Amino acid sequence: MNQYSLWKYAIVLLALITAIIFSLPNLYAPDPAVQISGESSSLVIDKEAYDIASDSLQQADIAVKQIAIVDDKLEIRLLSRTDQLPAKKILQNALGRDNYIVALNLAPTTPDWLKSVGAGPLKLGLDLSGGVHFLMEVDTLAAIDTRLRSSVSSYKALLRKEKVRGIVQINDNVVTGKFKTEVLRDKASSLAFKSMPEMTRNKYQRDGAFYLSLELGEQAIANLEDEAVGQNLITLRNRVNELGVSEPLVQRQGRNRVVVELPGVQDTATAKRILGKTANLEFRLAVNGDTSSFNREMIAFEGSTVEIERDIIVTGESVAGAQFGFDENSRPQVNINLDAEGGKLMHRITRHAVQRKMAVLFIERKTRKIGSQLSDDNELEAVYERYDQRRVISLATIQSPLGANFRITGLDSQAEAAELALLLRAGALAAPMEFVEERTIGPSLGAENIALGVKSVVIGFSLVLFFMLVFYRVFGLAANIALTMNLLLIVAVMSMLSATLTLPGIAGIVLTVGMAVDANVLIFSRIREELANGLTPAMAINTGFERAFLTILDANLTTLLAAVILYAVGTGPIKGFAITLSIGILTSMFTAIMGTRSMINLIYGGRSIKKLAL
Amino acid sequence: MALIKTINFMAFRRWAQVVSFLLVVASIASLSLNGLKLGLDFTGGTLVEVSYSQQADLSSIRKQLEDANYDNALVINFGSEEDVLVRLPQSKSSQLGDEILATLRQDYDGDIDLHRIEFVGPQVGEELREQGGLGLLTALICVMIYVTFRFQYKFSIAAAVALIHDVLITLGIFSIFQWDFDLTVLAALLAVIGYSLNDTIVVSDRIRENFRIVRKSRPVDIINRSLNQTLGRTIMTSATTLLVLFSLFIFGGEIIHGFATGLIIGVIVGTYSSVFVAANILLSLDISQDDLAIPVVEGSDQSDMMP
Repeated sequence: MNQYSLWKYAIVLLALITAIIFSLPNLYAPDPAVQISGESSSLVIDKEAYDIASDSLQQADIAVKQIAIVDDKLEIRLLSRTDQLPAKKILQNALGRDNYIVALNLAPTTPDWLKSVGAGPLKLGLDLSGGVHFLMEVDTLAAIDTRLRSSVSSYKALLRKEKVRGIVQINDNVVTGKFKTEVLRDKASSLAFKSMPEMTRNKYQRDGAFYLSLELGEQAIANLEDEAVGQNLITLRNRVNELGVSEPLVQRQGRNRVVVELPGVQDTATAKRILGKTANLEFRLAVNGDTSSFNREMIAFEGSTVEIERDIIVTGESVAGAQFGFDENSRPQVNINLDAEGGKLMHRITRHAVQRKMAVLFIERKTRKIGSQLSDDNELEAVYERYDQRRVISLATIQSPLGANFRITGLDSQAEAAELALLLRAGALAAPMEFVEERTIGPSLGAENIALGVKSVVIGFSLVLFFMLVFYRVFGLAANIALTMNLLLIVAVMSMLSATLTLPGIAGIVLTVGMAVDANVLIFSRIREELANGLTPAMAINTGFERAFLTILDANLTTLLAAVILYAVGTGPIKGFAITLSIGILTSMFTAIMGTRSMINLIYGGRSIKKLAL
Repeated sequence: MALIKTINFMAFRRWAQVVSFLLVVASIASLSLNGLKLGLDFTGGTLVEVSYSQQADLSSIRKQLEDANYDNALVINFGSEEDVLVRLPQSKSSQLGDEILATLRQDYDGDIDLHRIEFVGPQVGEELREQGGLGLLTALICVMIYVTFRFQYKFSIAAAVALIHDVLITLGIFSIFQWDFDLTVLAALLAVIGYSLNDTIVVSDRIRENFRIVRKSRPVDIINRSLNQTLGRTIMTSATTLLVLFSLFIFGGEIIHGFATGLIIGVIVGTYSSVFVAANILLSLDISQDDLAIPVVEGSDQSDMMP
């Protein structure tokens, strides 16, 4: 009695070894490091970059532990954390800002034998590593509006080409065309079907004129929304890369939101400015005598205004590349390359517009305070509104038909030119975005949180170990070994699932430690009862484990249920808590029942016992 | 921890009813009169936590912010005399946190170390409120279904009443003392549901077992006997859980404070409720052997029923 078959011991032993191996990497402190990667995939880190980097750091007297090329990236491990920021600056200057991205990083120091079995340290959440968490909402209405305007603009061109005269206008996402005769209207309708098949068409007649109204269906709107959010995701990823962050996270959440997490970022103001900038460019012609009155718009330009056409030649979305430089008069400029489609469009329009002027329109979505109002609890609160700031940044005469390459001059400052180039390079946002949530954790708080978390785990854990030993003696020892194994298993399973450890996650571990004891307490109380009922020690052990099992299962399953619901409704840090709690419940059931049992069996099994140290 | 004699818990059941009733009424009264002091997660707004290199002069910081036109800024110490927390009510602008940090740094000679900036937009706050309430309700319903399925509906009512009792009192205490109720406290509350249920189930499990083994005994005696049998375990588990929670409360830092507080209250109330409330409700519902009899095919065992 009370002897496990060999395979059960083997399972426990195997679990223990796995737990130790996979939690081991967390004991090796990471190296402060700087990571260098090429701006584009074509730029490979080669020996030359390696030499430049190592020489420039040597000149600056920054102690380097190791330089290596890992996954196409140059990883420079430093000896001191305080050297990280200076090293980044030096490397940026030495390698050139435009071609290389330099990011701060903490490089793991997992030994090779652990890496070979796939073990690695836990990923730390932002609240432990420091960094920024943004939740942004995509203004999909604006995206639909922009999209509509550009399709209508090409639809109007089609109408002109087919000599269908009429007035086409957009109001609240509804396009209305007014025509003199039914024939014209019907022709316009079939052209609309050809150029914008996703729109539902509606014909009606009023006051002797024939109307055609075009509307987007629900499916079409959903598709446009998806497209806008998808485009914004790509753009955000590009921008995040430009910022130089190692291991960033850019992810869609729900229908129209995007989560961006930037571990280790300290300059949050810059990050926010670059990420949220909804700058876009539009290239349009200045008006001339042929421009219809519906196609004219006054826009600010150098302190006064200029009248330009509403029709767009190309937008910033067609920009394939943008570099910042200087013109002949050493004024800042941005050289632009359009993609093939954009180049074609630009050429088609400017071919017929030589000697006319082309305006570069800069559009930026901003927020301003427009006043204040009384809130529900009678407090004065500011009221904000969003608005588009539009200005023409350059107005130049088209000397000859333009193609895919041209430049924008007339920028205010070098900084403005550099930022505009960056934004154009990273791509424009398909729709403006608004920050709906932001959490910035300074690096010092992150380190403090780790220290506090570890301290409370260690103290709580030791107290429980002591308590169990005092109350249950030999059985307490068995439970303590199982509890330690449980702690290792939680860390190991989290590493294997590459779950992220957060501060609430640590709280979850602490709570699990307290609650994991429950299973053992249940078993031990049961054994004591059975002893009191007059059973022999060996039989008491057996019955105690068996009878407690169902209770433990019931109790743990309900807690697991609560943890799963917590995961489903929780966000960010709460999810971290739910994950560790769930893992902890599962592992504790294994260690408290099988782990403790095998320990007790090893101690008491296979021999006759008179008395239990319980 | 051998018990010398059996404690007649159910002799105190009237008292327990009165105590629980008063606590629940007080909680509901405070919740409806004072409400909860909702944290930033639920109200939306901006929060900036910084650490000054020396002891921070709160009144001059308030003045400084007032001069910069941040009229509604709440300025308090956070954890230590150097750490300062600035909180501003709802706004659309996510730039506010950076602006405040810049304002604070402007006229200060020493170092100001940024601990954290949090901005929660109004719509997110509202969603989190809804999700939180929904989460609590879902948890409650799922648990009731599970208990009905595993035990019997009377146990499920008892467990649900005990849970509502625990959640209400924990919420009530947060409302009475006007402690900040944020996302971490909500997480604690859901964990309390899990914990309290764990406790209730262990007791219920024993009650069910005893009803099946011990025949010809009054339900109140069976319940008393079950409570006494599980008492050692109830105390031990609560004690170890409280040990780690207090360690979290004392050493875990300011951010985890609300979480630890919520759980400590919840564990204490939950332990009390699994002994007094759940068992009490079972008695009030006239729990008897009939409810728990394992269906017997032969029908020969039926004569053993209670009079």
